[in-house]
Amino acid sequence: MVSLPSPIVVDPMRPRPFRVARVMRETADVVTLELEAQTGPPLRFQPGQFTMLYVFGVGEVPISISGDPQKPERLVHTIRKVGAVTEALCNLRKGAVVGVRGPFGSHWPLEQARGHDVVMVAGGIGLPPLRPAIYHLLHHRQDYGRVYLLYGARTPRDLLFPEELKRWQYTLSHAPGATPVRVTVDRAEGDWDGAVGLVTSLIAPLTIDPSRTTALMVGPEVMMRFTIAELRKRGIPEENLYLSMERNMKCAVGFCGHCQLGPHFVCRDGPVLAFPQVRDWMTRKEV
Amino acid sequence: MSKAGLEHYLNEHPFFRGLRPKDLAWLAELAEPLECEVGDYLYREGEESRDFYLIQEGLVRLEIHAPGQGDLVIQTVGPGDVLGWSVMIPETRKTFSARIFQATRLLAFDAASVRARAEQDHHFGYELCKRFSRVIGERLQATRLRLLDLYGQPS
Amino acid sequence: MSKGPFKLERAGLLQLLQALKTQGYLTLGPTVREGAIVYDELHRLEDLPIGYTDHQEGGSYRLEQRGDGAMFGYNVGPHSWKRFMHPPILRLFRARQANGDLEFESEGEAAPKYAFIGVRACELQAIRVQDRVFLGGPYQDPHYKARREQVFIVAVNCTQAGHTCFCASVESGPRAQTGFDLALTEVVDGEHSYFVGEVGSEAGARLLDRVAHRAAQEAEWNQALALVDRAARQMRHLDTQGLKERLYQSLEHPRWQVVANRCLSCGNCTQVCPTCFCTSVEDHTDLAGQVAERTRRWDSCFTADFSYLHGGSVRVSTLARYRQWLTHKLASWQDQFGLLGCVGCGRCITWCPVGIDLTEEVAAMNDVQTGRFAPKEAGGAHV
Repeated sequence: MVSLPSPIVVDPMRPRPFRVARVMRETADVVTLELEAQTGPPLRFQPGQFTMLYVFGVGEVPISISGDPQKPERLVHTIRKVGAVTEALCNLRKGAVVGVRGPFGSHWPLEQARGHDVVMVAGGIGLPPLRPAIYHLLHHRQDYGRVYLLYGARTPRDLLFPEELKRWQYTLSHAPGATPVRVTVDRAEGDWDGAVGLVTSLIAPLTIDPSRTTALMVGPEVMMRFTIAELRKRGIPEENLYLSMERNMKCAVGFCGHCQLGPHFVCRDGPVLAFPQVRDWMTRKEV
Repeated sequence: MSKAGLEHYLNEHPFFRGLRPKDLAWLAELAEPLECEVGDYLYREGEESRDFYLIQEGLVRLEIHAPGQGDLVIQTVGPGDVLGWSVMIPETRKTFSARIFQATRLLAFDAASVRARAEQDHHFGYELCKRFSRVIGERLQATRLRLLDLYGQPS
Repeated sequence: MSKGPFKLERAGLLQLLQALKTQGYLTLGPTVREGAIVYDELHRLEDLPIGYTDHQEGGSYRLEQRGDGAMFGYNVGPHSWKRFMHPPILRLFRARQANGDLEFESEGEAAPKYAFIGVRACELQAIRVQDRVFLGGPYQDPHYKARREQVFIVAVNCTQAGHTCFCASVESGPRAQTGFDLALTEVVDGEHSYFVGEVGSEAGARLLDRVAHRAAQEAEWNQALALVDRAARQMRHLDTQGLKERLYQSLEHPRWQVVANRCLSCGNCTQVCPTCFCTSVEDHTDLAGQVAERTRRWDSCFTADFSYLHGGSVRVSTLARYRQWLTHKLASWQDQFGLLGCVGCGRCITWCPVGIDLTEEVAAMNDVQTGRFAPKEAGGAHV
């Protein structure tokens, strides 16, 4: 017989009901849901963390929180339709109830980055997981140096949060005339008046103090590999590069084994990992 | 910018950095500063390669015209970028047009002069080829990555 | 708990079984079923595999008559105790939809109170390993915890090694050192046998008080130790020195392809492994669409869905899946939980339909200098 320590959560596998308070169609295949807890306290989180969202009878998926950490009463997720569960989530109407577990996982190193320049690089649906970090930087703007958000999307129609991008151009700025928000698309369409090309091409021209710069990136793994190479060319130390990784997360608490990447449980040790933690695993096939 | 200032500027730039002082001095002499207005063509598709360019400020679009679809934008280049690697290959013609999209300041380098010096002085030529190889490699890599359509829906 | 070594006759063992039942335990232990020794409820001593042993080789398991009356004269069968503490199928919650609301209920049934009888030293280690997985991190599995807290463990030491055993290499056995309430060594004499035991917990001491026994004489204790020691010298070997580093440096070793050519990707090894803990979940709704439930079931890293990421699997090839299993068990497990994921029970060797032997595979990968060799992948790096 053994006596065991008490857990921090009694049953981390049981969801809590949250009601859909608002639905925003962002693009053709991306929807933002604002959720409110049906019972109990709002869900406090750190920028970069995720929750497991459950749709009745359909299933559960990990989704990064995309809202403001100072406004936890509305739990915000921005979701792209890629499978059955995300499609069901994107089709929810105001008033529907979903299950929420979490928040889970590691968060962006915003404390360690104090006093640093911050370069955020987002590709595609990678912007939402960075948005809580952007809100944090806006709330504590004076604690950080230059801040840049580099964002690559497929086409101008796929750009998320276009109004906020315009606002952030001013609110994230460190000096008059600075352009902290830099956007590029893979394919120009319509009256697109910005850059065309890879998001990595936006890194070379940045004015930063490399040894005192922290970079946060989210996007397809191939994109992040090249982003890292470009950031390293600028002389940013490896240990200041942080990625948000994606694997098959099912339980979110390290019990199910699905999300392993080498020694890491991406759900528990990640999703935010420092580059040295994954350097030897990222470029290896099928690990 | 004074000639000495220009030499210094070139030596600070990743493309020219590390060239011999005499080469930098020669390039500074050759460099022709240009200021272009929105809508100007730096060159047009089908033209012979006259110059290569170092963009200092602004945004240039590389375009190709497709009947019925207008000007398709392949890529934009901006501050710090070197444009026009094809000058190292004699008698090539431009495969894309370069159009100024935001007011642009740049330095133009006469292709024939650069090629002539490279032919005479293989050390200079080799150094320049190495640098253009890097530009071509980066351009190729970026193109390949965009071929992957990374942000698209997984098939 | 100051009790020293004791001697227990078979009558005492029966009393022990009965005392556990009286205390409300479901008594589980080895019994013969369908040609194998499995773990199931023990009602009486005759349920034990008296006179049987298990002959095990890579890809082969066969029960044989020992020619004596030993009750625990075998090693380990296809079952392990994880099936009771980490059940193969478990309902995690029920969700009810009514009037536009959603309610979630955790599994309501009280966890069963188990007594495990005949736990081998390697299996005690397996329980320690799963304790780390389900109880040692920032989150705890309440289902595992509820079962684990109540379990009573009677360990029985191995006095012979199976042909696929290597517990001595990974220092998990053959002698049970900690983690039991009572530990016994069976001393067989023809049709008869008796047990020499030690007490591992207060609960064990209390139970022993309700059972006829006497203090063991020094000679009896030494004889029992000698029997266990004999088992230690009969085993195959796994070199654990620098094992993690060796495997991490061997991720591109050509041997992976050799073993992948044999591996059927069936997942038997993960099912019989006493430490493999991976699971998947399934969501079902009732026909009326009012009640949905989520069940968790054992999964295997050898399935295609296991590493699914929108679009496809991360680990497509058998090579990658076998490599994941082996490197997890022997290398990354150490990073994750601070110990080996392998306890040396040999089940994965015995129950592999093609007899793949992990000790042999690890030994074949000892030449780590070939780690950068990438078979049949040339021809693309710089063009």
